[in-house]
Amino acid sequence: MTTLTTITSTVTAAFLGSFVEVVEAFTIILAVGVTQSWRPAFIGTGLALGLLALLVLALGPLLGLIPIELMQFLIGTLLVLFGLRWLRKAILRASGFIALHDEEKAFAAETDSLRRQSAERRADFLAGTAAFKAVLLEGIEVVFIVIATGAGHGMIGYASLGAAAACLLVLIIGIFVHKPLSAVPENSLKFVVGLLLSAFGIFWVGEGVGADWPGADLSLLAILAVLAVFSFAAVRMLRQYFNTHAEVAA
Amino acid sequence: MNILKVALKEFFGMFIDDGALALAALLLIAIVGVLVKFAHVDALLAATLLLLGCLLILAESVARAARQKFQRK
Repeated sequence: MTTLTTITSTVTAAFLGSFVEVVEAFTIILAVGVTQSWRPAFIGTGLALGLLALLVLALGPLLGLIPIELMQFLIGTLLVLFGLRWLRKAILRASGFIALHDEEKAFAAETDSLRRQSAERRADFLAGTAAFKAVLLEGIEVVFIVIATGAGHGMIGYASLGAAAACLLVLIIGIFVHKPLSAVPENSLKFVVGLLLSAFGIFWVGEGVGADWPGADLSLLAILAVLAVFSFAAVRMLRQYFNTHAEVAA
Repeated sequence: MNILKVALKEFFGMFIDDGALALAALLLIAIVGVLVKFAHVDALLAATLLLLGCLLILAESVARAARQKFQRK
């Protein structure tokens, strides 16, 4: 059943999930372009996008062969793993146990590494490889997010729209700003994405085993709310724990 | 070849960060599946168990990570 709730949550999850991945890839491409030159940055990016397109074209039609309940169960299982991993990291970041992700730092680390290689004869190749790897690895995550949020209810089209909008937005902001997008509240976005993906995962596994969720697709919002309340409570408790132990350690 | 290895590592890394969390989540999903398919437990009840189980697993994982952070010091 396609409802406005499902379409909105699918597009939102695909958009936000893709947005944070594309921001990370953009940082590396920018580092390559600024430090080395734009040629290897564009070649590496283009090759990675081509490989991703081939992967999607090769594997995409196979999705249609899987019965919908099995697909919901399998994708739900992967999403539970993927979502809980994101949520765990987001909770630990928000409570101070692991460092916040910083695009400025990532950019500085990448430019440092590229500068050290710039004297080598293969500098262009190494820079292109860095861009290729970044786009391929972050791209694989984007493809998974699109499939995972869209395939369970036959809404790959909507999920793809969300992901495409995210790519376009990062590109437009990147062209104007021309520096790492550190102003993007990436850590908060990752928290929201972790909540959305976990909620989708639990919802799909439930559908996959034949659960008749009360309120149908609206129960996705209820699952999201339960996860959000739990996560914020966990952050609060862990922050207190962190502060108490940090004071003792000091 | 190196890139393929990195891509595969990254792909599996997408799902597994804390091995215990991943294993517990997989076990929970398997138990929910078995309860519905073979023990004929109501699917909605099983799905609710899944939600509560996920919260429990997540709570254990973040609590363990927090404890380990200060034990290491």
